[in-house]
Amino acid sequence: MSYIKKSPWLVHYDGSSCNGCDIEVLACLTPLYDVERFGIVNTGNPKHADIFLVTGGVNNQNLPVVRQIYEQIPDPKVVIAVGACACTGGVFHDCYNMIGGMDKAIPVDVYVPGCAARPEAIIDGVVKGLAVLEEKQKALAVPVRDSRALRESELEPGVAINQSQEAGK
Amino acid sequence: MSEMVINIISGIAYLILAPVMGGLLAGIDRKISARMQRRVGPPVLQPFYDVFKLLEKQTVAVNETQSFYIFGFLLFVILSGLFFFAGGDMLLVIFTLTLASVCFIVAAFSSNSPYSQIGAERELVQTMSYEPMLLLVAMGFYLHCGTFSIEGILQSSRMNFIYMPGIFIGLSYILLIKFRKSPFDLSASHEAHQELIQGILTEYSGRTLAMIEVAHWYENVFLLGFVYLFFAWSAPWSPVLGLLMCALAYFGDIVVDNCCSRVKWEHMLASTWLVTLVAGFANIVFLMYVK
Amino acid sequence: MMLPALLISVPLAAALLVFCLRGGGSRNAIVKLAAAAIVVLAVGTAVTGLGHPAMLKFSGTLPSTLILVADIVAAIAILYYTLVKFKRVWIALLEIVQLILILWFEQGVGHGIGIGADLCIDNFAVIMVLIAGIVGSLIAVFALGYMEEFQKEHRDVEDRRPFFFFVIFLFLSAMFGLVISNNLLMMYTCWEITSFCSFLLIGYTQTEEAINNSFRALWMNLLGGLAFAAAIVWLGMKYNTVELSVLLELGRNAKPVELVVALLVFCGFTKAAMMPFSGWLLGAMVAPTPTSALLHSSTMVKAGVFLIIKLCPLLGANHAGIMTMFVGGATFLFASFAAISQSDGKKVLAYSTISNLGLIVCCAGIGSYEAAWAAVMLVIFHAVAKSLMFLSVGTAEQQLGSRDIESFDGMFCSLPGLALCMAIGICGMFLAPFGMLVSKWAAMKAVVDSGHSLLLLVLVFGSSTTLFYWTKWLGKITACIPSLENKESGIHGVQWLTLRTLGALVIITCVAFPLISCACVIPYLEATYHISADVIDRSNLLIMSLMAILLLILPLLYGKGRKKKLVVTNLAGENTGNNLSYRGVAGQTVTVSLRNWYMEKWFGESKVKLCGFILCGSCLLIEFAIIFGGAFHV
Repeated sequence: MSYIKKSPWLVHYDGSSCNGCDIEVLACLTPLYDVERFGIVNTGNPKHADIFLVTGGVNNQNLPVVRQIYEQIPDPKVVIAVGACACTGGVFHDCYNMIGGMDKAIPVDVYVPGCAARPEAIIDGVVKGLAVLEEKQKALAVPVRDSRALRESELEPGVAINQSQEAGK
Repeated sequence: MSEMVINIISGIAYLILAPVMGGLLAGIDRKISARMQRRVGPPVLQPFYDVFKLLEKQTVAVNETQSFYIFGFLLFVILSGLFFFAGGDMLLVIFTLTLASVCFIVAAFSSNSPYSQIGAERELVQTMSYEPMLLLVAMGFYLHCGTFSIEGILQSSRMNFIYMPGIFIGLSYILLIKFRKSPFDLSASHEAHQELIQGILTEYSGRTLAMIEVAHWYENVFLLGFVYLFFAWSAPWSPVLGLLMCALAYFGDIVVDNCCSRVKWEHMLASTWLVTLVAGFANIVFLMYVK
Repeated sequence: MMLPALLISVPLAAALLVFCLRGGGSRNAIVKLAAAAIVVLAVGTAVTGLGHPAMLKFSGTLPSTLILVADIVAAIAILYYTLVKFKRVWIALLEIVQLILILWFEQGVGHGIGIGADLCIDNFAVIMVLIAGIVGSLIAVFALGYMEEFQKEHRDVEDRRPFFFFVIFLFLSAMFGLVISNNLLMMYTCWEITSFCSFLLIGYTQTEEAINNSFRALWMNLLGGLAFAAAIVWLGMKYNTVELSVLLELGRNAKPVELVVALLVFCGFTKAAMMPFSGWLLGAMVAPTPTSALLHSSTMVKAGVFLIIKLCPLLGANHAGIMTMFVGGATFLFASFAAISQSDGKKVLAYSTISNLGLIVCCAGIGSYEAAWAAVMLVIFHAVAKSLMFLSVGTAEQQLGSRDIESFDGMFCSLPGLALCMAIGICGMFLAPFGMLVSKWAAMKAVVDSGHSLLLLVLVFGSSTTLFYWTKWLGKITACIPSLENKESGIHGVQWLTLRTLGALVIITCVAFPLISCACVIPYLEATYHISADVIDRSNLLIMSLMAILLLILPLLYGKGRKKKLVVTNLAGENTGNNLSYRGVAGQTVTVSLRNWYMEKWFGESKVKLCGFILCGSCLLIEFAIIFGGAFHV
């Protein structure tokens, strides 16, 4: 059995959100929803985290930051995009400085729609993420070569973005 | 000879049972805290899940040396607890514990990260705050029982607490620091993300972080051992009272934790030293001259 | 009789040779040879002397005449500097008074006094000879490389290296004389010579600050010398003796010698830089590093505590004892407070020296068997670890251009070998299972047994503040900054030799702790106190030794560990990749700079010093008033 499902710690990062989704993320910690009963802890520290919970889209300024945080999270890890902006760029999609949804910067595993996403939806997204997390854990636990392959494949979206950016210009 | 066997057995028992006890205590702590905040809270076994998960995870580090110091921290915490439960010398126990916390602090310094350094400095101030009282505890037992050896203290003919209430108050006060509870959870608060990420714990992950957690479990258990000493004497039912008081002390700290907000380091240093001076020292004077 | 004579004359000969043959090559050869010879002699003394305390008597009148001549020569030299060269009449007055006192005594009462033993080579003297011999000569060798760099860096300072080494060897010679003498007149002469040598060494650079500080050292030490002279005269007039061993015997038989003891202790205070006389030791920091290392670790200040520890059996629950323990205790506490607020490496070392000396003096003041054990042990460990610290800081200063602890950031990467030496030194100063801490352990026991609750308080608070300033220093040098380049190429071979030897010595003394205790210290204490006991359980000592070994093999035990993924540290924005700067809001790059905590508001130097001075000063005054009153009434 993998323990990662029982103790998912998450780091929450606000890309360029309007703060609506962030309020809802914090609402999950309140007594009404109390995500800690699933062992979920909001660590605020990428090095301790298993789940990267992002709100808001990615723009030129936060692109390297998002990637750095992603890089600092130890394997296995799952990215959950919370809210319309994180999924696609949302209402900010056509802004001059926007690149788009979070999947333009890092590989996203779960998309939670909504503007703002409701706490129930966020919790649901995290639970979905747990299944992905366990899968990744299993993949990691097998041979070393596979995990390296996995990591290489993770790098690809970053490359893809650079290309798409250039193409856009 | 038989006493030596008992000492060895209790030492081994500590090695095996302390992490179990420590983990359970941490779980109960989280559960009670959650209930006090009207939440359901995580399962009691949650700390174990956390540590097992950390062991499974990849370890990322900022340099090659930090996990070495943490290994030293774990090793010396276990060692000091071992000395304690094997009935060793109390000063030896305290000095080894100090060595362990120095390892912990140096590990954080070695990462050269601002957040862990702030945590390390605060941890250092915490150490400076509680160290005098901890030493006075040892002195108090020596004055009262005539020995520094834990084995000897346990054979005291009357309850130690009666003669050392001041020292007990002082110890309870510094236990808040040692258990990393509010108002003294300065160096690595679980609720201080905005202020200093996780302070002294910021730069660890995976196995290294798991080692720290386990070390804290070991540490907490044998710190409660200090509480136990106050209520242990030769009477057959004293262990029951001792364990009860340990539980009470731990529960008290959880209550305080949930009632208080974090204070500045100045307040911690001043108040701890004041308590040491007033409660601890007055008691020492009593033991030295009056008794 | 041969060995003691050689001990004194070999350094003296080396001093004269270095002074006369001024070439660099010959100096190197002479210093190295002399150092080797001194080490051999010291070890020889140890081999023959350990366990066989010897009381020797001079044959003929030549030695005592030589001592008197040496005393007069030293006095004339001091008068030359104070009256002719620098015009410090008040300081000259101090010297004149004691010269007249001693000469008058020698011509009058002194002639009639028969002397049983001039030299006393017991285990404690042997320990001191070993410390001064080994550490002192290592420092002399280190100075060869260091002074060469020093002269290169400080073009404006006149190159007086022959003179420098002359004084260093003269100093060692006097130090040997001091620790093996039983005749107080001989000890007094050596005492004066060490005072004078330290004055010369501190003033080496001849800057205004150096000259002022050297005179501060001189007047404080001469004040001590005056007390020494007064003690000799009083002892000679009242009991018709000038021997330390006889004084101890008198005290044991409950004769009223409190005033003499108090005067000698006072004289030890000035030399051991107890508050309020701590100023000279801090001022001595202007001198080149080997000087500070020599003065602070193995010789000068150790002479002060040597005398006080010798008097240990006469201290304790009398006024002289109470004065000693409280001045020592207060110095220990306040100096370790003051060290917190300092960032200058040498100044931290100076305050830590003062504070450790305070602890030693405090132990000696308690005067019990276990306290004396702790004091002697502290002397040994402090000498070795502190000299290593001084030399490391001096070397780091030459490589990094600053001795501020803040500039030692990342030394682990830029000067790895030196950082290791420094770390060993720091651990040796305060951490279990190293020697200083074990001694402190014994000190705590001794204090509780002595029944002085205030001292207990001093000890527990002093220890925790000591922990604070050492650990933050240790943290600074262990910080990992891989982007720094290695700067170790500029360090001389002789410097490495010294540093490594001292580092090894620290470790050896820590591991061989129980052995030192059983072979050297316990026999001395048995002879002095006529009782025999273990201060700390053998089993606990063994555990400490094993822990020291464990600490040594820990890196091997841990090995490389499993493979880790290295990532950047958390900063307040996007880490630019080298952990030293980040891109903050609005895209500007911010450089990270980390500083230790100094807590000026709490432990500010002037505030703390004022408290210490007032406490120690008033303690001195009150106790002396009581002792004087008692002495003249009875």
